[in-house]
Amino acid sequence: MTTPDTAADWRPETQAVADRIRTRVLDHVLRSNGGYMSQALSSAEIFAMLYTRTLRLGPSTAPMIPRPFSGVPGPNNPEFFNGGDYNGPKASDLDRFIFSPAHYALVLYTALIETGRLAEEGLDQFNQDGTTVEMIGAEHSPGVETTTGSLAQALSQAAGIALARKRRGDTGDVWVMMSDGEFQEGQIWEAISEAAKYELDNLKVIVDVNGQQCDGCIDPSIYVDPLTNRIRAFGASAVEVDGHDLDALDAAMSAQTGKPHFVMALTDPARGLPIFAERAPLLHYLRFTSEEERDRYQQVYEEMVN
Amino acid sequence: MEIVKRPHVENFIAWAEDKPEVVVLTADLTNSSEVGKWRDTYPDRFFGMSMAEQNVMGFAAGLAREGYVPFIHTFAVFIYRRPYDQLAMSIAYPNLPVKFIAFLPGITTPGGVTHQAIEDVAIMRATPNMTILETGDATEVESVLDIAYAIDGPVYVRMLRGEVPRLFPKDEPMQLDKVRVLSEGDDVVVVTSGITTEEAMRAARPLADAGIGMKHLHVSTHKPFNDPVILESIEASRYGVVTLENHTIIGGLGSAVAEKMADAGSGKRLLRLGLRDTYAHGASRPHLMKEYGLDAAALVAGVEELTGSSTGITEEDLASSRVEATHSLAKAEGL
Repeated sequence: MTTPDTAADWRPETQAVADRIRTRVLDHVLRSNGGYMSQALSSAEIFAMLYTRTLRLGPSTAPMIPRPFSGVPGPNNPEFFNGGDYNGPKASDLDRFIFSPAHYALVLYTALIETGRLAEEGLDQFNQDGTTVEMIGAEHSPGVETTTGSLAQALSQAAGIALARKRRGDTGDVWVMMSDGEFQEGQIWEAISEAAKYELDNLKVIVDVNGQQCDGCIDPSIYVDPLTNRIRAFGASAVEVDGHDLDALDAAMSAQTGKPHFVMALTDPARGLPIFAERAPLLHYLRFTSEEERDRYQQVYEEMVN
Repeated sequence: MEIVKRPHVENFIAWAEDKPEVVVLTADLTNSSEVGKWRDTYPDRFFGMSMAEQNVMGFAAGLAREGYVPFIHTFAVFIYRRPYDQLAMSIAYPNLPVKFIAFLPGITTPGGVTHQAIEDVAIMRATPNMTILETGDATEVESVLDIAYAIDGPVYVRMLRGEVPRLFPKDEPMQLDKVRVLSEGDDVVVVTSGITTEEAMRAARPLADAGIGMKHLHVSTHKPFNDPVILESIEASRYGVVTLENHTIIGGLGSAVAEKMADAGSGKRLLRLGLRDTYAHGASRPHLMKEYGLDAAALVAGVEELTGSSTGITEEDLASSRVEATHSLAKAEGL
């Protein structure tokens, strides 16, 4: 049981990491004249919680400056490396982090930077030819253990890992970060059913419920409240929380329910950057339409960092 | 010819006994994939995962990443058609040691178009990191497990079930990327795999009696496909090569042979027999093999086309032709 005094200690640092994720991603988007902005705004607290509070990880065993692309996995490529080593070693008492919506790669890389696992220069390689800091990562990218850019495949893979770990008697959990759009794929429902059947209480999922997908808004009447209830109906536990409230996230993410556990983090895709909301409903990717618009964002950025 | 009843059932149980990392995943078709008794023997290593193949691929991938060697048992069509994205991205790209035991290859089932895997070899050949094996008899059903297990990556196995003939001696197991030379002859080369091999063996004696020298090569590895015997035999033949496959002629065995010939600049003729860019329908195996030209008579017709002369061989000649277990002649050459 954490004492209130100790509990008070973690919040400022976790919030600072979340704030820095937003500003660093905004800075990157400004300099690249475009990028996945809303993902950072909605999930900054989620990633900050995972990397500073929830995940039990050892120190990174990967280089601070990302390794260049060295070929794809295969029988003839001993040079291949797995980017999961940014999350530290695999050990029975440590957690594993499985990153599902690969389009959040920029947010993941930024979270690694803000928690000391990746050099900030690493972001200079983002989307540059010959690097592993890919726009939509694969399992050589920093922090990425499984290849999940084809959305909704991570949960089944994580469940297989959780099943293996349970058989082995590991005490560490398998954490999956997902986005709400992925629940449109049928595979997710297959995975929840089987994970519940095998009583994988070591499988934990944090979902960024930001109501956004490539084409625009996800119909909230289908994908919010019924989503949580549907997950429960498929045999897992699910709880809705304010995805920007650190205490609420902490309570939901540390719950032990005896089932695969889903934390539905309800988030605002323009959180911390109100002018971004003007672009609603198309928030999936930010591309400046004029120099004037870019200048307005630049001004906001200056205010955020000063 | 010996007919072996369900050779996979007991063989797989005995084989897996000292391999605790081997686990089996099914997608509802447990008895249909001949692992019902395996489940009862090793309940702790068996995962019956419902009709949810996309999820089965992911679970298998996760188990493989943690050191298990998953053997997915189901019908071939439910491995490479419905969950192909999961197969490719969750398993093949990371080169995980998942073994796909794929039943009902080609027209071996009366289940019709939905159950007949007629383009699986083509799709798996186009999938990087995938090894593709095909069983042609009971000896290969028994020995394919060692080959698949020894490969540190995904392996797709076209598997036979039920009553399976023993064409090859028990002491001549399948070997990776090695063809079996079942007969010698310098007129035509015939390349077969799976159930079409028995058909070519049926045609061997009548063709020999008609004065046609057939060099018969049996293929059990579709990928990799580098045994030099294939191209050497074709180059040495008088008339060229006929391929006969239980698969569409696009992308499978015939295409693999064609690629080798084209790469080498071969001037020999190639005749590809198999399903001619068509789906099939539900009917008995003999009926479908005759209808789609996958049987011994189709092969004889192909040989006649290649040699440009009639053999006079009748359906009766082929029906009465006995098929006996045949030692690979390649073994003698290898000594």
